Amino acid sequence: MNTKKLDWLILPILGLAIVLGSWHALAGKKVVTKDAQGEIVSEVRQGAIPALPNIVETWDSCKLYIMEPFAKRGEMDQGILRFTMYSLGLVAVGYVIALVVGVPIGFFLGLSPTFAKMFDPLIQILRPVSPLAWLPLGLVMFLEAGKEAGTLAALFTIAICSMWPTVLNTAVGVRAVPQDYLNVGRVLKLSRTKTLFKILIPATLPYMFTGFRLSLGIAWLVIVAAEMLTGRPGVGGFLWQEYNALIYEHIILSIIIIGLVGFVLDRLMSVVERRFKSAL
Amino acid sequence: MSAYLEISRLSKSYPTPKGPAIIVKDFDLKVKKGEFVSIIGHSGCGKSTVLMMVAGLNPITDGGIILAGKELDGPGPDRGMVFQSPSLLPWLTAIENVLVGVDQVFYTATHEERRLIAEYYLTVVGLGDSMDKKPAELSQGMRQRVGIARAFALKPKMLLLDEPFGMLDSLTRYELQQVLVDLWRKNQITALMVTHDVDEAIFLSDRIVCMTNGPAAEVGEIIEVKFPHPRDRKAIMEHPDYYKLREQLISFLEVRSHLRPSARETNNHIPPPNAESHPAPTKQGRTSAELANLPKSTIEA
Repeated sequence: MNTKKLDWLILPILGLAIVLGSWHALAGKKVVTKDAQGEIVSEVRQGAIPALPNIVETWDSCKLYIMEPFAKRGEMDQGILRFTMYSLGLVAVGYVIALVVGVPIGFFLGLSPTFAKMFDPLIQILRPVSPLAWLPLGLVMFLEAGKEAGTLAALFTIAICSMWPTVLNTAVGVRAVPQDYLNVGRVLKLSRTKTLFKILIPATLPYMFTGFRLSLGIAWLVIVAAEMLTGRPGVGGFLWQEYNALIYEHIILSIIIIGLVGFVLDRLMSVVERRFKSAL
Repeated sequence: MSAYLEISRLSKSYPTPKGPAIIVKDFDLKVKKGEFVSIIGHSGCGKSTVLMMVAGLNPITDGGIILAGKELDGPGPDRGMVFQSPSLLPWLTAIENVLVGVDQVFYTATHEERRLIAEYYLTVVGLGDSMDKKPAELSQGMRQRVGIARAFALKPKMLLLDEPFGMLDSLTRYELQQVLVDLWRKNQITALMVTHDVDEAIFLSDRIVCMTNGPAAEVGEIIEVKFPHPRDRKAIMEHPDYYKLREQLISFLEVRSHLRPSARETNNHIPPPNAESHPAPTKQGRTSAELANLPKSTIEA
């Protein structure tokens, strides 16, 4: 009986333990052979996946980055949370661009059947295009910006990839505004602007926030690709640099941090979303 | 007394591949200033369509509507609407919902004056204590009270009610009918209400318009309710004329219900019981396309 109550705590820990255990079991381990004088003869890695660092190695190698999360030792050698902050900053700007562009497009799609017929097929085609495909195009487009080209291309990629859920959810929300609400506006002869701000936007907000949450998830997903290709300091850039430097432990650290941050962002957004929905 | 609201030859049809589907045909009605008129009929007969055309929310196919000497063209706040679902904006409180309209109509008034108007009407409908509640916190009956306050607060030329109490339980319905009729008397406002509740129509109305069933619904008969205002529900229910009126309305509705297309198809060997009140189609000069849309037995009759 009592165990049932703790299920919410025990079961996830059990799940985590299973995954960590399997990782450690599959990971490689350094085997050092010494001769009689204690001289090292050979150093080989053994295991199912020899190159994969195990838990102990990963912790040893990463603790500096975790224990001093905001340290700055060099351009690409900084505490993990400092990298995360850079990444979040870039995502924030790209995400805001996505919302500012995406919401009006969503409104036009929802309000005008002509507009929807014109652009809906195009949106359906552009939506599944990978960030890895957009980024080179961004780099080309902002070639003249010189040093800033990488940043601008990254922002462009984040914005264009994360915009679609906002666009589509806003459009659906606008179409779903009950005719009753619109009739209230028509009976009162509200102007177009007043109808927009007093009826359409508030009625669409719950849908818009669902779009905002999904968009934020994608924006964070894109950051890694963007930083990898542009070599910017950030979690994604760090990950790619450490891959090239053969410090595989740091790849694992980066993955964990990216996952955790994505999870926290999603939770925060769903709290905001629920606030908005319950306010109605 | 001349008519305040004059509906003449009002028609509504929708184009379909088989020719126009006629919902309402040549609906004529004159309503005096301060009169309460109900339109009664089966669901789907087009009574709501008529009301929506008066409201300007549904475009008129043919005919015209004159209110206070002016031909109506589109919706406007001179006609206060009470919808079947209260259709309050859920993100606004009760008073904010009333204020959306008040702000729009009395834009020259000060903020305090407008707030006073909204507060006054909400208090009159019995929501003095719940003005700052959101619709989700109000019962269905309370929401409809807000809907009534919102319509009256605009000081409209007339009131249009589309089955305003259709979604309420009967006790709440009685309460709200009283609220409505009190406000109506105090404001001496012309009202047009659509309902399918016979008792509601008798209690509230000066005249009851019975609509024939669609397609091509029109005015069947108009029944006057002569009980003087203010009415006491118990007293009029005990009045000998009450049951005559009720009988008259129900028999109208029941006889018409046998004429519904589905009923006609299943027993189309039986001639329609009241062919005389449903004039032969050819007399009305209907086109062959319209004839094709009519159920078989009507054409045979």
